[in-house]
Amino acid sequence: MLINKYITASCIIRKNAVYKNAEKIFENKEAAVAAFLHSIYQHQQIKYPKFYKMDNLSKLGWLATEILLTDNFKKDNYAPEDIGVVFANASASLDTDVKYYETAKDIASPALFVYTLPNIVIGEICIRHQFKGENAFFINEKFDAEFIEQYVTNLINNNILQACICGWVELLNEEYTAVLFLVEKEAAAGQAFFTSENIIKIYQLANG
Amino acid sequence: MDKLLLDLKKQIITQLNLQDIQPEDIGDDQPLFIEGLGLDSIDALELIVLLQQSYKIKLSNADEGPKVFRSVKTMAEYITAHQAQNA
Repeated sequence: MLINKYITASCIIRKNAVYKNAEKIFENKEAAVAAFLHSIYQHQQIKYPKFYKMDNLSKLGWLATEILLTDNFKKDNYAPEDIGVVFANASASLDTDVKYYETAKDIASPALFVYTLPNIVIGEICIRHQFKGENAFFINEKFDAEFIEQYVTNLINNNILQACICGWVELLNEEYTAVLFLVEKEAAAGQAFFTSENIIKIYQLANG
Repeated sequence: MDKLLLDLKKQIITQLNLQDIQPEDIGDDQPLFIEGLGLDSIDALELIVLLQQSYKIKLSNADEGPKVFRSVKTMAEYITAHQAQNA
């Protein structure tokens, strides 16, 4: 069954700036990635001690999701099983894999080891928000809007999910990009349909 | 013992990335897990690494873990006893 789906919110974190629904909400021009992510956390005035334990990829995806859902998302409208998360990136968890490999030469770090899978990002988000719906983390060479559209559309059309957080969460060394979309069946006036064309339009804002 | 307690608190904060916490926020007898500092099972493994890296103590008996890592004070007592044994 065909169901209308809308992009009800978007969040972009890239090149030391944060955008919510295409509007710049924060910038910290000089900071390296770890300091930049920490400055977003402080700017959002979040209190979540586990944030400090996350690797940079998880911090990036987690923060982008926090910003994506702030003010927009009516979580109480959904059962935990109705909300899913579908991410993709190019480097998987390589950033942390390399750091973990370095520690393994002496005494391997358990705290780093637990982040040597990219889907841990999704786990951190689901723990934070108590989401229990379908989730997946795909590795693609580059952002593939059509794939994301088709995969998420299939989940919603088949009634597996009622809402989905999806997009691209990529981080390797000092290079990072998060482009996330909140997809729901109900939208406010003026919100865009969830189509690959509209996904690309928003993604291009991040790469403009 | 006071210096060891302070050193341990600083090391725990660094090793476990407890960036919102200062050494003085951790009581000597405060439970480290669940209701105290709220540490989890991965943190427990990091504490074992901390003992090994900083104090050259290898926790050989896993059953000792809950007793040794109950608080900063029990950790300090375990380190002191171990160092006296090997002096």
